[in-house]
Formats: sequence, C-alpha cells, structure tokens
Amino acid sequence: MKNNKFVQFLSVPYVLWAIAFIVIPLLMVFYYGLTDGNGKFTFDNVLAITQTVHYKSLYIALILALISTVICILLAYPLALILTSLKGKNEHLIVLIFILPMWMNFLLRTLAWQTLLENDGAINYVLSFLHLPTIHIINTPVAIVFGMIYNFLPFMILPLYNVIGKIDQNVLNAARDLGANYFQSLVKITLPLSVPGIISGITMVFVPSLTTFVVSEMLGGSKILLIGNVIEQEFTQNSNWHLGSGLSIVLMIFIVISMVITAIFDKDGEGNAL
Amino acid sequence: MKKKSLKIAVAVVTAACTVLPLFAGCSGTNSQKEVYVYNWGEYLDPDVLDEFTEETGIKVIYDEFETNEIMYPKVEAGAVAYDVICPSDYMIQKMIDNDLLQEINFDNVPNAKNIGDQYYESAKEFDPENKYAVPYCWGTVGILYNKTKVDEPIDSWSVLWDEKYKGEILMQNSVRDAFMVALKLQGHSMNSLDDAELEDAKNLLIEQKPLVQAYVVDQVRDKMIGNEAAIGVIYSGEAIYTQRENSDLEYVIPKEGTNVWIDCWVIPKNAPNKENAEAFINFICKPEIALKNFDFITYSTPNVAARELIEDEEIRNSSIAFPDLSNYQGLETFHYLGAEGDQKYAELWKQVKSE
Repeated sequence: MKNNKFVQFLSVPYVLWAIAFIVIPLLMVFYYGLTDGNGKFTFDNVLAITQTVHYKSLYIALILALISTVICILLAYPLALILTSLKGKNEHLIVLIFILPMWMNFLLRTLAWQTLLENDGAINYVLSFLHLPTIHIINTPVAIVFGMIYNFLPFMILPLYNVIGKIDQNVLNAARDLGANYFQSLVKITLPLSVPGIISGITMVFVPSLTTFVVSEMLGGSKILLIGNVIEQEFTQNSNWHLGSGLSIVLMIFIVISMVITAIFDKDGEGNAL
Repeated sequence: MKKKSLKIAVAVVTAACTVLPLFAGCSGTNSQKEVYVYNWGEYLDPDVLDEFTEETGIKVIYDEFETNEIMYPKVEAGAVAYDVICPSDYMIQKMIDNDLLQEINFDNVPNAKNIGDQYYESAKEFDPENKYAVPYCWGTVGILYNKTKVDEPIDSWSVLWDEKYKGEILMQNSVRDAFMVALKLQGHSMNSLDDAELEDAKNLLIEQKPLVQAYVVDQVRDKMIGNEAAIGVIYSGEAIYTQRENSDLEYVIPKEGTNVWIDCWVIPKNAPNKENAEAFINFICKPEIALKNFDFITYSTPNVAARELIEDEEIRNSSIAFPDLSNYQGLETFHYLGAEGDQKYAELWKQVKSE
C-alpha cells in the first residue's frame, strides 16, 4: 500500500485508540507495578510471584491452559480438515455455525454453562431422566478446562481453517501422484504447511486461558485460584494496584514469550484469521 | 452491603460508566440541575429516579458499583465527581478518616427525621456525631438453609463445618464476610487484629474448604432458590426475596452473633452539586419512596415511617426484615481496620483460597 497522506489520515483514529486504550494503560501497569504505595521505585511487586500463593496460582493456571490448548488442537485440527474438504457444499454455512456463538457475550455463555453443569442443572436432569449416571464436574478444575475449551475453541479452528484452505491443491495432488496415501500426505504435506496456523491458534487459546479469571470464578466456584483471579482480587477487593500490576507484568512475560514464538513460526501472518 | 445482579456484568457496566462520563463531562453544561448518584447494583427502584426528576427538575446521572472496594478508589481518585454515594459502615469510616466526605446540612434534609433513632445510634460507630451519613438500608448476615435438605434446626455457624453437608455449603466470596463467620464461631470479634485469632480463623476456613460447594457473592440467592445447595451464608435482605421464590428456605441469625451492617447516603468532599445531593437524600427519605424501594429490593429500611406504611403485616413484623436485635448476642458492625489491617486479612484470605 502506498504510504500517502490519505492513508496516514485514515490511521489517525486507530493511532488515537491504540494510545488511549493500549499504550497509556500499559504504561500505567508498569508505573504501578514498579512502584510502592509511596511512589518509590521497587521490584517487590514483581518479585512477589515467588510467594507460595502466587507461584502456585501461576503454576495451576499454566497447567490448565496447557491442557485446554492441547485438547483444542486435537479437536480443531480434524474439524478444520473436514471444513476445508467441504469445498462449496454448505462450507460457509458450517463455518458460520462455529462462529455464531461468538456473537453472543462470552460472560453469558459461561453463565449458561454454569446453569447447565450444576449438580441440579439441566444436563443432570436429562441424564437422570434417562437413568444414566449424573455428572459432578461443576466447581472443579475439569469444569474450568471445559469452559476454556468451549470459549476458545473457535480461536483455534479459524486460523487452522484459514491456513489449510490456502494449501495449494497441486502440492497435494503431486503427493498423491507420487504414491502417497491420504495419511502420508497429511503428515508430510498438510501438517508442516499448517504450522503457522497451529502456532497462531496455540497463542490465541493459550494466552486467554492463562489469563482468565472469569471462567475459573464462574465454573470453578472460586475454589481454585488462578493467577488471573489473584490479580483481579488485588484490584477489586484488596485495593492493592501495585501488587496487581506487578503480577500482571510477570504474566505479560509469558504472553510476550508466546508472541515471540508465533512471530518466529508465522512470519507471513498466515494464521491470523481474525 | 448488597449485591444482586451478576458480579461480572456489573463490573463491565461499571467499567463503561467510568469511561463514558469522562466524555460526557466535557460537553455537559455545569447547570444546577444535575445530581450524580453512585449506588450499589439493583439497590433502588428505578421508577424512583424518574419521580425525583419529575418533582424537582433535577436530572439524575446514576452509576452502580458492586463492592465498597471497587467504589472507594474511584471516589478517591476523583475522576468522576459524584454528589451522593451509598457505602457501608466500615467504608464510611474509612472515607471520613481519609477526609473524603463533607458534612450534610440537615436543614436541607427534613425527611431524615423519618429514620429511626436507634439507626442513628448504630451509625455513631462509624460516624460518631451523625454529621456525614443518613442510613438507607440495614440488615444482618446469617444462614439461609433449605428445610427439606437439613435434618435438624440450625442455629449455629458450626453447621458450616458439618461433614454431613459436604458439597452443600455456599460461602461468601469476600474476605471480611468469610472471616466474620470463622471469628464469630470461635467467639472472637469480627474486627480482630490479633495474629493468633486470625491464624486460627484462617485454619478453620482451610479446614472448611473441602466441604464448600462454591464461594459466591450474588449467586448464593439463585443457587439456593434453585435447590443447588442446602446451606448458604447470605445477607438478610436477600433472604426475604429467596423465600418469596422458594418457600422451603429459612433464614436464621446464628447464636454466636453476626455482622449488623448499615448502608448510608453520604456526600463526598468533591461533590459539585451538594444541594441537589441533599434534595436527593431528602427525597429518598420520604416514607412513600422508602416503602417503594423496600418493596423493590427487600432490604430492611431504617425508615420508621415507611415501615408503618407496609400493608402486609407479616412483612411489617418479619423477624428477618426487622429482627429485634436485643434478642441476639455477639452482634457487631465492621470497623475500618486501617491499610495494614486490610492487608493482613487479604494475605490470609489468599492463603485460604490457594489451598
């Protein structure tokens, strides 16, 4: 794109937006995170991650985010293959069905799951009506992972669908001509070519899973403290913005790491579907 | 001290409200005909605001908060200058201590006399000369239980540690409320700053954790109505509402004592429209208006004249809405514990939650 005046003019609202809602808040997080109540410079808030309660919650958050990311890949990859193989036949309709829930508010959907999964909830009602064993996962880590997968799965599907759809059919046909069966061409052609999509999907699932506090509060009954919950509580309940910001900086380190990995593997931004 | 609607939804709305008035403030004319009200979520009949505007011509700009702790930093920072706010007892004390409130001119609030003397007396715990606060709602914290799910009559906090009810217990997900239960059970003050007492309370709460189904704030109401749990710690104002919806529910003030709280209208120091704020408080203290709010939110009103107007005798003499506090022991009101005290509680609570 030509870098003329008109284009620069068009970018003004975006730049203003980015300054007001990204740059300034980030600077404020760093300011609060690196100062104490008297405004003196300190690393204490960042180093607070070494306290048992804090690193424990970070550890649990990392484990749960990892589990949900792995399950998301396992679910999304076959699905993306199926979606790309539809080719015209209802393809867009089916993709739409996967995007449709995202049009509804994330909080409402999670709240709905709370009601569905409850011990006395809708799912158990149906199960007991059919004389099947009931499920008791609400307020456990299982429910939290479930909530993460449900909410973030589309963010895995879409980049994969995007990348796999762009793979040149001629490459696949060549593999077939040379005697590769479906499985071989999947492992040797499709999989390597879809790495950018996988990586970008991982970031888009892993980062929100790692930082969430809503899912663990609503589906975990606030019994499991993730690092996101600790930070949220420092702001809303304990009025300790300094500690909250300090721990946010620690969390940002993990986010930056996963973004660096994305940048290395997905140089062309192919996986960026959204 | 109340919270009804969805915690998170309110948080989102509050966040939006924080930003929007910043812009509104730029264009708004600084006329005398506005009042900025900052109140708990779902803590007032919305019709009342329209009636106020109709009667006085003063436009109400209405914001809601979810906890005292969310409200405080916003008022302290002064980004949005509110005229009238409705915090709880200990938070009013903190605001007075930190010089954030101004005295109310009671000549402009003649209806304040409708509030019963005993409530002003209780308010002296945090506002010693009754200069800053006009009581709006009050109540207790107690146990709500489902009669069909428990075997024996409940009268003690100790039931929350009964193995029999594993997975059937809902605890409050806030530091002071949770520690209040543990401290009261051990016969200590809920304003304790004694390290040994607090350590014991912490261990008690950790011991209780496996029995707890969930730590909740607002959802205790819906979960109890929906028979999801047998026992929950709840604010008395919610209890009346839940009983209307599910007649199996019973509310009790435990014998070890509990928290008696009062939420009051106060005027912050930086209020731009003090007289409008006083007009608003005066309007809220009208018996008919107080009755209307009581019907809507079911939190006990300290407005004696309004209570007399309640038609349903059962509600007027309800031991939940209007308990005779002289029958109970160990009743206390939360005090502001200072920044260090708050920090101490927060630290212990995190340890409970991360177990």
